[in-house]
Amino acid sequence: MDIPTLTIDAVRRGLRERAFSAAELATETLRFAEAENPKTNAYLHFCPERAMATAKRVDEQLARGEDPGPLAGVPVAVKDVILTEGVRTTCASKLLAGYVPPYDATAIARLEAAGGIILGKTNCDEFAMGSSNENSAFGPVRNPVAPDRVPGGSSGGSAAVTAQGTAVVALGSDTGGSVRQPASFCGVVGVTPTYGRVSRYGLTAFASSLDHIGPFARSVRDAATLLGVIAGRDEMDATSAFAPVPDYTSLLDGNVKGLKLGLPREYLKDLSSETGDLIARGVEVLKGLGCEVREIGLPSSDYAIACYYIICTAEASSNLARYDGVRYTSRSSESGTLSEMYRNTRGEGFGAECKRRIMLGTYVLSAGYYDAYYLKAQKVRALVAQDFTRAFAEVDAVIAPVSPFPAFKLGEKIDDPLEMYLSDIYTITGSLAGIPCMSVPCGNTAAGLPVGMQILTRHFDEATMFRLADAFEKAGGVTGQA
Amino acid sequence: MKITEEEVRYVADLANLKLTGDEVARLRADLDEILVHIDKLNELDTSGVKPMAQVLYDAGETATLREDVERAPLGQEAALANAPQPGAGYFKVPKVIER
Repeated sequence: MDIPTLTIDAVRRGLRERAFSAAELATETLRFAEAENPKTNAYLHFCPERAMATAKRVDEQLARGEDPGPLAGVPVAVKDVILTEGVRTTCASKLLAGYVPPYDATAIARLEAAGGIILGKTNCDEFAMGSSNENSAFGPVRNPVAPDRVPGGSSGGSAAVTAQGTAVVALGSDTGGSVRQPASFCGVVGVTPTYGRVSRYGLTAFASSLDHIGPFARSVRDAATLLGVIAGRDEMDATSAFAPVPDYTSLLDGNVKGLKLGLPREYLKDLSSETGDLIARGVEVLKGLGCEVREIGLPSSDYAIACYYIICTAEASSNLARYDGVRYTSRSSESGTLSEMYRNTRGEGFGAECKRRIMLGTYVLSAGYYDAYYLKAQKVRALVAQDFTRAFAEVDAVIAPVSPFPAFKLGEKIDDPLEMYLSDIYTITGSLAGIPCMSVPCGNTAAGLPVGMQILTRHFDEATMFRLADAFEKAGGVTGQA
Repeated sequence: MKITEEEVRYVADLANLKLTGDEVARLRADLDEILVHIDKLNELDTSGVKPMAQVLYDAGETATLREDVERAPLGQEAALANAPQPGAGYFKVPKVIER
């Protein structure tokens, strides 16, 4: 078995033909991952006992002639903000360095019930706040394609293991681009499903009205398979949607002829030339497949960053209030009074970016500012969402870049928070609208850095998004360099 | 200037965050820059726009209610397992009531 290039189908075939057992595959992948991990710091910790227990169950089911499910024996990595019962979940924060959850997230329970083997937990920005994975309390992740560069964030570890081949697929979380942007930087597929498509039960809350769990994979088909397993109504999350989940992989027929695609004119004006060129070539490939392309307008896009950073920080300041040294977190040793205990625990425990966002969120929600900031942002959010409603009246999908530029160097932007926020420009609009969006590899720059193309579709129409991405991938995507 | 160091200290107090003097200065500058950018929103006329608090879909009003079936709770031991200072079945904190 060639571990770094395995697909879900290859694992299924290998198990059926007895080329390897689930236990052998798990053992070999863990060994490979542990050897490769120092290059990237993508995994924070492994959970071999849990992996081997699941693999044993899968092998026993296979021996009895039962179908263990669509992910049978597939090695999976999980971002360390998603709770795993009995396996440390740190959110890449000093505060939760020793936290062992007493229950599984719904997505975790579902992927294991489908035969998936969780190998370990992946690095990320602390509490999923960041666009470069440099805000982890346990050190940054290096991009496997270019080790002096960031893998993107916040789900940088999950993107890196997928690119590195130290897991077949991975789970990340996306609030404003945290799956799509690292997928783009590392050259893999990353999917943010419709808001509510996947239960958030057991996903550590950052900004509840924007948080999603989403898959990473090396192929569109594998991402679609993983989403199919974790999606669907869950009574433990009141915002999870009732909409039926189609069998996504059966809809990947390669036929996208006549699909109407929209290019937002607001996005095309300020792209770094290489990224812009590659997206333009990607659009030509889609035209060649028979898609009709037209320009559309998303006029509120210019306001999306300001809107997003009010809403997400306001929600975060409230969600992160629980980390106070009482129930889950470590506690400051300087804890004279109760009030000092809260302040010192939080002051010593949170990293710089979390503090910045808690402060901004607390400020915009504080007395006298609510109408000017939070309420205003909610109204602008409605306008951003309306832009898409209007666009989807004339097109089936919107095509956009994921990031204005490819992976940047470690340390390059960390001292300028506003510039870092502004780099989320193309991913944030879809997040605010709650529509499905994904990044699919769209060639490399002259320096060999991957660039992702973003596909956005109507609420609950992941099927069209996957069909388009799969046809693009099958057509060879964009080859050669910019 | 959108925000002063005094306001930064006041907000840190609301957020239960102890900050060093350096952090206050740095955060003042960072928040200032971000708040100036955020002012951009005032260019938009949003009168008559209904605020979007959540991504919502069509579903009956009671659709998210489940059957009232008894379930085993997490249990005291599991709930306390991650506490920095559990004791006698409780989360212990520094004394808050003076005699």
